Amino acid sequence: MKVRVALTVNGELREALVPVHKTLLEVLREDLGLTGTKHGCELGECGTCTVLVDGAPVLSCLALPFDTEGCRITTVEGMAEGGRLHPLQQAFAELGAAQCGYCTPGILLTATALLADRPSPTRREVKEALAGNLCRCTGYTKILDAVELAALRMTRVGGST
Amino acid sequence: MTKNDFAVIGQPLPKVDAWAKVVGETKYADDLFLPRMAYGKLLRSAHAHARIRSIDTARARAVPGVYAVLTGADLPRVKFGILPVSQDEEALCTDKVRMVGDAIAAVAAVDEETAELACRAIEVDYEPLPALMSVFDSLAHPEVRIHEYGDGPNVHKNVALQFGDVDAAFAGADLVREDVFYFEGNNHLPMEQHAAVAHWASDGKLTLWSSTQTPHYVHRLLARVLDTPAAHIRVIATPVGGGFGGKTDLFSHEIVACQLSKVTGRPVKIALTREEVFYTHRGRHPVLMWIKTGFTKQGDITGCHLRTWLDGGAYGSYGVASTFYTGVINPVTYKMPVYKFEAARIFTNKPPCGPKRGHGTPQPRFALECQLDKAAEQLGLDPADLRRRIVAEPFTKTANHLTVTTIGLGECIDKVVEAAGWREKRARFGGSIGGNPKKGIGIACSAYLTGAGTAIYWNDMPHSGVIARADRSGGVAVLCGATDIGQGSDSILAYVTAEVLGIDPKDVHVHSADTSLTPVDLGSYSSRVTLMCGVAAIQAAERLRAAIFEAVAQKLEVSPASLVARERKIGVADDWDKAVPFARAVELGEALHGVLAFPGSYAPPKRAGKYKGGGVGPSPCYSYSACVVELTVDEETGTVELEDVWIAHDVGRALNPLLVEGQVEGSVYMGIGEALMEEQVFRKNLHKQPSMLEYKSPTTLETPEIHTILVESDDPEGPFGAKEAGQGPLLPVIPAIANAINHALGIRIDEVPITPDKILKALELKRAGKLARVGRGKLPLFTFKEPIVVESAFGQRADAVASRPFAS
Repeated sequence: MKVRVALTVNGELREALVPVHKTLLEVLREDLGLTGTKHGCELGECGTCTVLVDGAPVLSCLALPFDTEGCRITTVEGMAEGGRLHPLQQAFAELGAAQCGYCTPGILLTATALLADRPSPTRREVKEALAGNLCRCTGYTKILDAVELAALRMTRVGGST
Repeated sequence: MTKNDFAVIGQPLPKVDAWAKVVGETKYADDLFLPRMAYGKLLRSAHAHARIRSIDTARARAVPGVYAVLTGADLPRVKFGILPVSQDEEALCTDKVRMVGDAIAAVAAVDEETAELACRAIEVDYEPLPALMSVFDSLAHPEVRIHEYGDGPNVHKNVALQFGDVDAAFAGADLVREDVFYFEGNNHLPMEQHAAVAHWASDGKLTLWSSTQTPHYVHRLLARVLDTPAAHIRVIATPVGGGFGGKTDLFSHEIVACQLSKVTGRPVKIALTREEVFYTHRGRHPVLMWIKTGFTKQGDITGCHLRTWLDGGAYGSYGVASTFYTGVINPVTYKMPVYKFEAARIFTNKPPCGPKRGHGTPQPRFALECQLDKAAEQLGLDPADLRRRIVAEPFTKTANHLTVTTIGLGECIDKVVEAAGWREKRARFGGSIGGNPKKGIGIACSAYLTGAGTAIYWNDMPHSGVIARADRSGGVAVLCGATDIGQGSDSILAYVTAEVLGIDPKDVHVHSADTSLTPVDLGSYSSRVTLMCGVAAIQAAERLRAAIFEAVAQKLEVSPASLVARERKIGVADDWDKAVPFARAVELGEALHGVLAFPGSYAPPKRAGKYKGGGVGPSPCYSYSACVVELTVDEETGTVELEDVWIAHDVGRALNPLLVEGQVEGSVYMGIGEALMEEQVFRKNLHKQPSMLEYKSPTTLETPEIHTILVESDDPEGPFGAKEAGQGPLLPVIPAIANAINHALGIRIDEVPITPDKILKALELKRAGKLARVGRGKLPLFTFKEPIVVESAFGQRADAVASRPFAS
């Protein structure tokens, strides 16, 4: 059975007619063309498919679009504003925090939620926040460094304005 | 040249594809959606070993939304395999399945769900055969044959090589140790599940987009298995979302996607599930090892004899190479004047093993480095001092005739010892101190090849090719078959080209891994890419530069030899005001020569030892690593917590230190996973944990602080002196952890992964006054071949720079 869903994704209202059991991950990728969100396991184990729903990290492979109607969904495509990269994206690129890049969107969004909650997290807090996002390339070191650099830049900007 | 002579080389620049990756624009294979595309699914065997009596696809064909159903009967009856000597796979099995997960039939349908539903409607009548699930099983049951080929019943490969007289070497030793070690198999666990999209267009030409590390080998093999001219096939490697060796074979789903596209007239995508990735495997071989080494009182090695038994799984894959690699790299690290090596790869009814980061060498490295520690303890020597003393000599040959060029290992050891505070901690930590948890610190070293010296199929052509084409805009297109799997090969091509031409890496447009556009590069395996495509890119860029210099020299009325290229200009250094902008220089060049497109080619020096089997092991140069691990172990729970890892890596030269550090850190991380938790094990013929939750791998919380130190030995073989960084640094991590655990508790866990239960068992043995060791003891009853006996080449002088094909 197909149902019509209306989702607010990256600030835009998007509609799709989808089977009732189709996951948010599949709808984002296949029906809305937002392929920045990745499949890693389809079982909620790896964090690769993480998106933000009302600012909180959600595993889109376990979420049903129906449940996210009326919520603000943010994918990696929605992080940059007006052609300007989010400080996390900038720091990830500069520090080599994305190697194969496959886990990167999920990690960026999880880190976005962390920094919204705790603008100056300790390294331990960054590690804890990202513990549900697997990365097989980097050994996490450059990822943690990049989150810290972005946090520093964001609080500096925040402090000066 | 010193670092300061470079504009781009040595700079910590972002990767050229970093921006696309952080905004989600990178298109991996599964991100491709073509008009009218159908979705394919494979029906896989639920039996580990069975004869296929019949396959009935009638019900599947009747499912609404199904476009096509295939069995092996619908494909050319050609067996394939990545190595010419092991042609033992079928895209869809026709008469027999050899493991759970073997593909039997395939469906293309309107969507994935329909394809899966239709797969379930296929009826297969099996005649179950006994399943052989271990090396011991397979050797004990020669009457059950998994394959009809090989070096004996269920023996895929049997190898024996001897360099010098080991018995005499042991007779002359003050200490001879014999130890048994076991290394469990594990999976690459790339974040991206394999995916392929095939489009067999109406003009009869086939395009395959695939998450592969080896588009050239896939291209060659596809032609054969599809019985189609290679000239009509184009393979494009999409950006790979993690490879680590797991995407270097040709796979069933790639072949099937092509054939389904042919019969449906639609593009077809097949994306594997995580469970399918575990069964597709080609990961680390489980290896049982016996190692006997003679030492003098001072710690010098008099000789070494190693035996390895590899559990190969159901197919050959790269297994013959893996078998050699469990032995041939060991003599590269330390002075080892005499060496004997025997190895056997045994078929079992499990997913086939193959190359994983370090390919065949982490296992014997674990054995050798743990044994060195035991010997140091017996001889009363410091383990770091012992290793420092026996580091191999640069520019010499090893016992097994490998040519070693630069060796930065001594410096690596000194640097990690210093950075870790080794001496003070070694004295302070250790089991004798009371309290729980206990602290320990351990060391290990390693070496790894920078590219295999021979291709997997015999030929005299380049291993890597580059075309550099200058555009009137001042941009330069670089075409190369190299495959970026996240290690940054596209970036390396941009950096070296920009360095030679004096332009910015942003001015370089890299087009890679497309068999119809790019010159062949053999693939992203054996840590070959930076060196081989790097040298080829330098040659192409230098030829381009020479053509442009000639034109600029005419214009400025100077000699071409007086020109330099930097800051996007070409001119005479002393008269820089007259320097010509690069874009203008290209125009002058094009006016003089016509189109400016130049090739660069690389093939390794021909250094294979002159004995059968001498083709595996030679490499243009070898990287070196030394690693110190500090950890705590809880005596009550057996849990290990890593605190810090210091690793020094001789990379020759860091073309981009940021990328090299990333490779080192990733290697350390992966080594930690293998040392402490990752294992691909089976129960009742099934994978015990084919999901990312059950298959344990380190998260941020299990990964310690990693302190990376880069050592630059400036190797004459490498591009700007560079050696590999992607695999070698994994190797010492695993034994360093085992050695640190021993330092903490005085127990030996002679097998990985070192899980808490094994630690608790060893502590129990220790408390009972027994040998505090957990590990295998029983060895298979197996007769190795008569060894090929060759004189040891140990210590012979090697040329500083060998001549190689295509160098001029």
